Amino acid sequence: MISLSSPVKAPWDRWRAGVKLSMLCVATTVLFLSTSLVFHVIAFATCVAIYAIPGRVFLTTGLRRLTFLWMFLAVIFVWHALTETLIEGAVIALRMLTAVALANLVTMSTKIAEMIALINWVLTPLRRLGLRTRPFEIAIALVVRFTPVLVQKGSALTDAWRARSPKSPRWRIILPFTVLAIDDADHVAEALRARGGI
Amino acid sequence: MTKERELVLIALFAALIAALGLIPKINLGSGVPITAQGLGVMLCGTVLGSKRGFLAVALFVVLTLIGLPLLSGGRGGIGLLATPSVGYIIGFPFAAFATGFFVEKWSGNLTLGAFIGAVLGGIIVLSIPGIIGMAAILEKSLVVATGYALPFFPGDLVKAILAGLITNALYKARPAAVLSRA
Repeated sequence: MISLSSPVKAPWDRWRAGVKLSMLCVATTVLFLSTSLVFHVIAFATCVAIYAIPGRVFLTTGLRRLTFLWMFLAVIFVWHALTETLIEGAVIALRMLTAVALANLVTMSTKIAEMIALINWVLTPLRRLGLRTRPFEIAIALVVRFTPVLVQKGSALTDAWRARSPKSPRWRIILPFTVLAIDDADHVAEALRARGGI
Repeated sequence: MTKERELVLIALFAALIAALGLIPKINLGSGVPITAQGLGVMLCGTVLGSKRGFLAVALFVVLTLIGLPLLSGGRGGIGLLATPSVGYIIGFPFAAFATGFFVEKWSGNLTLGAFIGAVLGGIIVLSIPGIIGMAAILEKSLVVATGYALPFFPGDLVKAILAGLITNALYKARPAAVLSRA
């Protein structure tokens, strides 16, 4: 299963997920408390510098992951240009960019398994109270397994449709797609039960 | 209904939302993309019902936030909480809950019930945290943020109609899978 963690080694890879997330919380809070443009320019530049530490590949991958924000940035720019408050707009835009970039840094340097371990640790008190968290762990594994299978089935259905029609199937495949998936689910449920259940 | 089947259906619908994200998306207004994923959230409610629908969508959200690229356009990670979409992401499970709750209470025509439920949960309930999130991150008033949300409503309405039709057709094809009617 593909994940968003980076294959490029960074010095902070080995830090514990909990530590990185706590630092992220503090950093994001500080970002939201400050309204100074100078502060936000420095914060963003520092953030880019951190991305540059593991090397060029890490930096370009990191920056590319911010590009989906362009639409939000355009909206901020248009609004603040019209209301002649461009400095405020720049603060809002930079703050959003830095906050997302810092959070992505945590995502890029933390493996999914470490995050799941952290969730497990957070759930410890619930287990002490007698609540079973194992179904949750099995559910995660099932989603990771189902997603690529569903995508494959979806493309097979689309291909089958295209072989018969010049039009694109769009929403029409959703029903057969869901039916296929549900039939599969029944088999998986039986298999789980046959192996001792949850 | 065995515990295993319940768990597998919850995981399956979480994966279904992810798979629906691969249908091409369109950006509108304030940059929040319109995708079939919204339809996936509605279907979780109309098909699985309130509690299981909530769990399926919550599972999807948790996996996305810990770094699986499941959101449309291959997005994922904790950084989503710092974008203007934050309210929608957090609101997704509650939208599914509200949708499912309505469908469970409705005893009339399933297509209509699922449509109304999807409008109620997937549009109205979802828009409340969605608009608050946009207002907070973009530092705009709630009125302006509501303006940003408006261009999505026609698309959402189409999705709610589809949710109604698909739920009813699914009920005919696999009645045992439509847990909101079980």
